[in-house]
Amino acid sequence: MNKVGLLISFGLIGAGLLWFLIRAIRGQEVERRIIFVFIGLAVAVPILFNITFSEKASPIVEAVYDKIENLSSGSKILISYDYGPSMAPEVEPMSNAFLRHSLAKGHKVYIMGLWATGQSLAGAAIENIVKKEFPEKVNGVDYVNLGYKAGNQGVLNVIITDIRKMYLTDVAGVNLDSMPIMKNVKSLRDMDLLISVGGGLPGVKEWVQFAGDPGHIPMAGGSAAVSAPLLYPYWPTQLVGLLGGIKGAAEYESELVRNYPRFAKMPQPGVKMMGPQTLAHLVIMAFIVIGNISYFIIRRRQG
Amino acid sequence: MKRQVPLLITLVVGTVLILSVFFPPAERLGEDFSIFFDIIAVFAFFLGGGNLVRIHGNRLYKKNKDWAFSLVTLLGFFIMLIAGLFKLGNPGGISADVAASGSLFQMLYDWIFNPLGATMYALLAFYVASASYRAFRAKNREATILLIAAFIILLGRTPLGVYATSWIPESFSLLQIPNLAIWIMTSPNLAGQRAIMIGIALGVISMSLRLILGVERTYLGVDNE
Amino acid sequence: MSGSRPWGKIILFSSIALFVISWLIKAGVLSSTGGVTDISVRDAFFVTLAAFLTLAILSFLYKDNPYYKFAEHLFVGVSAAYWMCVGFWSTFVGNFIPRVSSTLSGFFGVPFKEFNVFYLIPLILGVMLLMRLSSKTGWIARWPLAFIVGTTAGLNLIRYLRSDFVNQVSNTFVPLLVEWKGIGPFFSGFSLSASGQFTLSLTNWVIFVGTFCGLVYFFFSKEHKGFYGGASRLGIWVLMVTFGASFGYTVMGRVSLLVGRLTFLFQDWLGLIS
Repeated sequence: MNKVGLLISFGLIGAGLLWFLIRAIRGQEVERRIIFVFIGLAVAVPILFNITFSEKASPIVEAVYDKIENLSSGSKILISYDYGPSMAPEVEPMSNAFLRHSLAKGHKVYIMGLWATGQSLAGAAIENIVKKEFPEKVNGVDYVNLGYKAGNQGVLNVIITDIRKMYLTDVAGVNLDSMPIMKNVKSLRDMDLLISVGGGLPGVKEWVQFAGDPGHIPMAGGSAAVSAPLLYPYWPTQLVGLLGGIKGAAEYESELVRNYPRFAKMPQPGVKMMGPQTLAHLVIMAFIVIGNISYFIIRRRQG
Repeated sequence: MKRQVPLLITLVVGTVLILSVFFPPAERLGEDFSIFFDIIAVFAFFLGGGNLVRIHGNRLYKKNKDWAFSLVTLLGFFIMLIAGLFKLGNPGGISADVAASGSLFQMLYDWIFNPLGATMYALLAFYVASASYRAFRAKNREATILLIAAFIILLGRTPLGVYATSWIPESFSLLQIPNLAIWIMTSPNLAGQRAIMIGIALGVISMSLRLILGVERTYLGVDNE
Repeated sequence: MSGSRPWGKIILFSSIALFVISWLIKAGVLSSTGGVTDISVRDAFFVTLAAFLTLAILSFLYKDNPYYKFAEHLFVGVSAAYWMCVGFWSTFVGNFIPRVSSTLSGFFGVPFKEFNVFYLIPLILGVMLLMRLSSKTGWIARWPLAFIVGTTAGLNLIRYLRSDFVNQVSNTFVPLLVEWKGIGPFFSGFSLSASGQFTLSLTNWVIFVGTFCGLVYFFFSKEHKGFYGGASRLGIWVLMVTFGASFGYTVMGRVSLLVGRLTFLFQDWLGLIS
């Protein structure tokens, strides 16, 4: 099905691009709605045929994987859900992979968010992943959901020295002092790794500026593709590693499945999305080339 | 009063927060100011909601153009607000997570907010495609460099790049598209982004100083409001 | 224009009919026992609603239309209320109430910390911020705005100075000859391997020279002529590569969002993929 789908996808896209090229050579305009339909088909057809490819982690992604993998079991990892529905298709595979990896390694997971929408998404992740795939994990012992607090960087400025000044309870109203997981945890400086998943403001950048650097705490990031290039200057000294866009998520998922067979049957949305992503990239590149051919032909005719 | 007091507030608060980094006694005050900031941020959300009700209520009352859509906005706003403020259908009661699974608030988030927000941004994919065809032209050397870099990234971040250049031997593996894409990100992209980051940092530092010292006052608006 | 009214009604009734049909089919598909249950009817309604809202937004690609406007206005209202509610429960109830009232703390089920009179300050400033809604007393919102501006400026100054200036300059000073063992070993072991000595050294050269030239480009107090102009030109080229990389990643990001929505339509709504 994968190969048949690939052939059909390439066939359809190839035929469409040929049509665009012919129109470009003739100097004829293409209505933008036709472009919209074409890109929609270029993405839809691979989804329907479930085209997937294998992935290999790049060094910057592997660095995050190795960090979580090499921390001794029981280490404290904080994951911050700093995104909303507009970024979820890209970064949710990352946050889910981090959650699975951390819990599989036996780490203590502290969940929070600097985006209000992150609270709902974190709650959904706990319901769908933690409670279903790790039923032996206990809330308040192995993981805790601290929830969202308003104030962006202001929140980080407080919890870098005292978490309880900002968070009196977890998201369900349970006193933090009654939780074993919060014993000996006073501030972010007690964490072994901070992970921010997001791509807007506040996001990975603010975590580096207000938590990672001042507290000298190891920081990793999962970022939407739009923001990922802007974070490279922080690597490798201020950021241990970075997952950029759906490609980064796919690489991490592949690495996880390769080393943890228990996750072989888990949904891998990152890997699944790379099929349509690949063909869409092909179309965009072809559009740039064809558009430039059209431009130069028209310019020559006018000149 | 209208301008002097706000300038004094900015000076005091800004100075305390800077000093809190260097002097531990100021650290506690700095944290308190941060928590005050967080609480005021919530009032900013209320202000946004109030403004929304005022504008759309006005439109509805005066039956301006598209007033029916203002009714939709207000209905959506109040239904979501009531569901959230009163935690309707929340299995955990008043102290539970407002976004608890099974609550009306979370359902409205999952089935209205989530799809609408995600689809709004998904529209951009179509416009990027349209822009690629109609707007991106290699008109000069710089634009050509930009497009070549974009090509390598677009190809290198997909499995196609792996298949296209996997035949290149290990001793020339830098020329394999995926490795080239990684090199572009970790070398020239890093350099360019760092230069921009340093420039922005200098701008932020200078603007912050100007705001704290009261040189920059545009945030106060004009007095004849 | 008068011809568009019948079409408008046809599209409206067709949409409603399709919605109801989709809802019923979905409810039938979701029910596990063969009979329709309350939960499957409710879930079917919500999935169908989400799908139709998605299609309403996508209809903007054809042209602006009332269905898109409906979805857009609904989104504005719902998102404003969402942030208000989460902000209220998480920060107002979670941080403010426990420091001002034991009665209210008990009512909301949050642990009372201790009464702190200073926490009335954000309450007063917050109420002053709400005065912005009135044109007569709007000027008083400048006080809390000044607090917000002062906090942001004070926080950002040091953090940007440390993370985005000092650390960035420090990280630019990288060794230009990596794993250096001498000229002989360098040339004898020369290769364009991605992890080879030449590539690592080239990377560091590009980072050092590229950052410097990029900064030279942004310095407009000196005319870009001669050697300085050459450095500036190199800086522009480095920046063009940066923007090209950003464009590539932006395309990746935007396409991912479309893939996500189409996956929802095909998987959750239409059931065409598992």
